Parts: sequence; structure tokens; C-alpha cells
Amino acid sequence: MNLNPAIPRDLLLSLLPELVLTGWALVLLLFVAWRHRTVWDLRIAGWLTLLALVSTAVAIWWLWWNRAGVRGVVSMIAADDFRWVADWVFVGAAALTVLISFTYLERERLLAPEYHVLLLLGTLGMMLMAAGADLIVIFLALELMSVAVYVLAGFDRRRARSAEAALKYFLLGAFASGFLLYGIALVYGATGTTNLVLIGARLSIAMRASAMLLAGLALLIVGFGFKIAAVPFHMWAPDVYDGAPTPVTAFMATGVKAAAFAALFRVMYQAFAAVPAWHDIMWWLAVITMIGGNLFALGQRSLKRMLAYSSVAHAGYLLVAVTAGGVAGTSAFLVYIVAYTLMSLGAFAVLIAKGRAGESDVTIDDLSGLAARRPWLAFALAVCMLSLLGFPGTAGFIGKWYILIAATSAGQNTLAAILVLTSVVSAGYYLPVIMAMYMKPEPIEAAHVDVCLDRWGRAAVAAVVVGLLLFGVWPNRLFDLARAAGDSVHAGGTTTAAP
Amino acid sequence: MLLSPALAISAVLFTLGVAGVLLRRNAIVIFMCVELMLNAVNLTFVALAQSLGLGGQVFVFFVMAVAAAEAAVGLAIILAVYRHKQSVSLQNMNLLKDG
Repeated sequence: MNLNPAIPRDLLLSLLPELVLTGWALVLLLFVAWRHRTVWDLRIAGWLTLLALVSTAVAIWWLWWNRAGVRGVVSMIAADDFRWVADWVFVGAAALTVLISFTYLERERLLAPEYHVLLLLGTLGMMLMAAGADLIVIFLALELMSVAVYVLAGFDRRRARSAEAALKYFLLGAFASGFLLYGIALVYGATGTTNLVLIGARLSIAMRASAMLLAGLALLIVGFGFKIAAVPFHMWAPDVYDGAPTPVTAFMATGVKAAAFAALFRVMYQAFAAVPAWHDIMWWLAVITMIGGNLFALGQRSLKRMLAYSSVAHAGYLLVAVTAGGVAGTSAFLVYIVAYTLMSLGAFAVLIAKGRAGESDVTIDDLSGLAARRPWLAFALAVCMLSLLGFPGTAGFIGKWYILIAATSAGQNTLAAILVLTSVVSAGYYLPVIMAMYMKPEPIEAAHVDVCLDRWGRAAVAAVVVGLLLFGVWPNRLFDLARAAGDSVHAGGTTTAAP
Repeated sequence: MLLSPALAISAVLFTLGVAGVLLRRNAIVIFMCVELMLNAVNLTFVALAQSLGLGGQVFVFFVMAVAAAEAAVGLAIILAVYRHKQSVSLQNMNLLKDG
């Protein structure tokens, strides 16, 4: 099904998932304005949110099944396999977040169903980011996502930590948006257009890149660097992840990061494939992010903070995929982001079961003896930790292996070596969690009596574990999907491997 | 041709905004500096639109709408923080740190 965005019907069809989600978000907003007092209102809002996400996923599936695509026409909205796969990741991350939020919101007395509306709007921003084929769309989508997540980070406003996290996130997020926007303005000035495909076409016939273009590109990378929490721009991430309510942290660490990376891929490979200058910057960003993220994570006592730094380290691994580039790099990114979303959300879900009042005080020692008292929960956390480490048999291993293949086939052997070495270092903070759960006794009698998840949380954790083990031993289907998606981003564009 | 002076002024304004964000400690002043950055970019867009067509001017409207939404959310967040600490200085933001 070839869509021509000049025809209104086709334009609406190409935006079908986003329109479905927008409709649901508005319906939910009306519902919330009407019912927002009791626990049941919160639960109904949560179920409606799940329904919204399922119908959005069906709309994405329908477009994917019919091979909908915008081909041969310049459009502000891209419709390709890359977008569908990225959309599934966002919808999946949002759905798992909703599942682990039920118990959390009731326990922490956050009886405000607006939470779910913001979650839907944030997801909508992510989907538009992956769809944007024009810098205007990408900027607006980024802001839609960011503004929703600023509010979510401060959702527990009665706790000072949550408010402080929201303030830090807001100030640095708005600061980063300023850089991104100035980058867009300079790229617009240098090329005369904001459309990614047109920028790519104009740059491929230009003799050499102008100073204005290079400055714009550098500012764009700084803006994206903040959003993905790459190392020189990561200082907000641990504080914000620490202070925000834990389901929101999980959403930020997975969905927001995935969306920023999806937009980064599209911008870099559709618009700037002909400008080699950014490859070196990405190379250095990847190296210092992998080293810095892992070293900082080693020194953390709080489990939530450790997971925050671990998400910085994983941004480094994903940057290796960006640097490697090409079809292999793009599909490796998609495989890894699926695995990362699952394992990260699973780890945060178990943290929610253990912790109370923001979870910032749960240390690794607090998990001692969890395996004896709650064997299934401990097993789930162990699988997530092994997968984050990249242990064979889990999806995390498959993802890392695929990134390594992409990097070595692009000639980036140093980068691949650093990835392996830093993964070994990361065992220094993932394995103590498993050792504490399985090899240490309970510190005091009945330390884990109140550890519990409701059935929705258990469903989420079970889905995560099944997904991680399934993709760990049988990744073929995911590979095929990711490869088709990687092809679709580079088709027609001037694909170049890294130098 | 007025293009270069306009671009230079907006670059200076943007730099002033960045410097303000990095040097000042009051959350509201920092927020004002971020707005200065966004408006410097607006100036760039308008200046470029002289020679590149309407696209730049349209972009300015989007940026203004986004800046308004950010102001609404940002000031609400600053208010929430003020209720806890009776201060909006970043020096008092010390609950979240490594350790």
C-alpha cells in the first residue's frame, strides 16, 4: 500500500496509530475530568489506557501488515518498517509501565488518574518522533514527549525528592531543547529546508560542508546527547531517575531513550549520511559513555541509582550501533532496544515490589535472602540482571552480539573491544545483586514479608522474563523484523558505512 | 543585506542564554535564560526566512507555542519545589546526589 501524503485520506492513514492514540488520550482526559477521586477511578483509567495501547498496536500492526509506506514522495511523515518496529517498542514500554503502575500508585497514595493521560501523551510524542521525517515534526514530537515526562517525573509532588527531580529534568531538558532547536535553525540556514530527505539530497551534491552546517550538526548532537544521556551530558540522569516515581523512571529509561535514539538514527542517516564529520563525534561519545556509565555504576549503593547509571552505560552500547551504522547497525539497534526495554522494565518492576516511598533507599544488601522467601521474583530479577550483563541465553546477549557484529563489519574493532571490556566491568555491579539474593541469608527475620506485586505487576514481570528467554534462544523472527526495518531507513538514501 | 548582522545578534543572544543557564543559581532566572535561548533561535529563523522562504517564519510560531507550554509546566514545577524548600535556588537542591 503506497501512501501519497498529498491526498488527505492517505495522510490520515499514514498517521492512523497516532490518531487512534490521540483520540484515546482525549477520551481519557474527559473521563479523568469527570471521575478522579477514588481508587476505582484510577483503576478504570489504567484499564482504558491498556485498551488504548492495544488498539494503537493493532493500528500499527494493520499498517505494517499492509506494507504501508510513503515512497518516492517528499513527506513530513515517514512510513516505513523502522517506524512500526520502534512504535511497538514504545507501546510495549508504555503498556508494561501501566501494568507496574497499578500497585505503585495505590500504595504511594498517588490517586490521580491524570498519570495515565500523561503516559499516553508521552507515548504519542515518542511515536511521532520515530515517524518524523522533518526536523519540525521531530522537534514538536520531542517537546510533546518531554513536557509530558517533566510532569510525570514530579508526579509525586508531596515528596521533595520527586519535585526536585522534576525541576532538574525540566531545566536541563529545556536547555537541551534550546541546543537542538538552534542546531535545526542552522541546518535550515545552511540547506534551505528542514526535510530530512531533502537535506540529504542537497548535502550529497554539495562540494563541502559549510561552517554553518557543521555548527548546526554539532548543536543537534549536543541536544540529542542530553536526551539519550550520553556521558558528558548525562549529569541529570541519575538524579532524575533517582527522584522520579519508579514506574516513571522505568518509562524514562526505556521509552524516552528509545525514542531519542530512533530520531537520532533517522536524522543522522537520512539527512547527514553524506557528512562524515559526525562519525568521529559519535565514536568518542560511545567510548566515554560506555566507560563512564559503567565506572559510575560500580560506585553506587542504591539499587535505583545503580540502574540509572546502568542505563547510561547502555546508551553507550546503543551509540556503538549508531557509529557502526548501515543496515546492520540500525537493525542491531532495534534488536538491542527491544531487549533493553524488557530487561530494564523488569528490573524496575522487582524494585517496586521490594521498595517503599520512592525506592531510593533500597540497597543491594536489602535484597539478601530474597530467593528463599520470594523465589519467582528473585528468579525474574536474576534473569534481568544476567540479560543486562549480556549473559548467553538471554536477549541481552543476542543484542550485544548483534551490535558487535555490526561494529566489526563496519571496521570499528576498537569500539567492539571497548564494548566487551566494559561489559565485563559491568559484572561488578550486576552480579552482586544475584549473589545477595541467592547466597546471603535474610538480614533480619521476615525482612521480605511485605515484598509483593499485584497480579498486573506479576503479569508484566512474567511477560518480561518470557520475552528475555525467548529472544535469547530464538531471536530469528526478531532479527528478520529488525533487518527489514534497517533496510527501510536506508532504502533510497545514500547509505554509507562508517569510515 | 541584513542577514549576517541578524544572525550574529542571535548568536550573541543564544550565547548569553547559555552562559546564564550555566552561571546563575536561581531556577527562575535559569528558566528565563532558557527562554532567551529559544527566542534567539526565533530571531535566527526569522532572519533566515528573508532569503529561504516562509518555512522559517512558520517554525517561529511552533517554537512560541512550545515555549508557552514549557513555561506553564516549568513554573508549576518551580512552585512545587518552592513549597518544599521555601527557595528556588539550585544550591538548596541537594536531596539527590551520588553516594
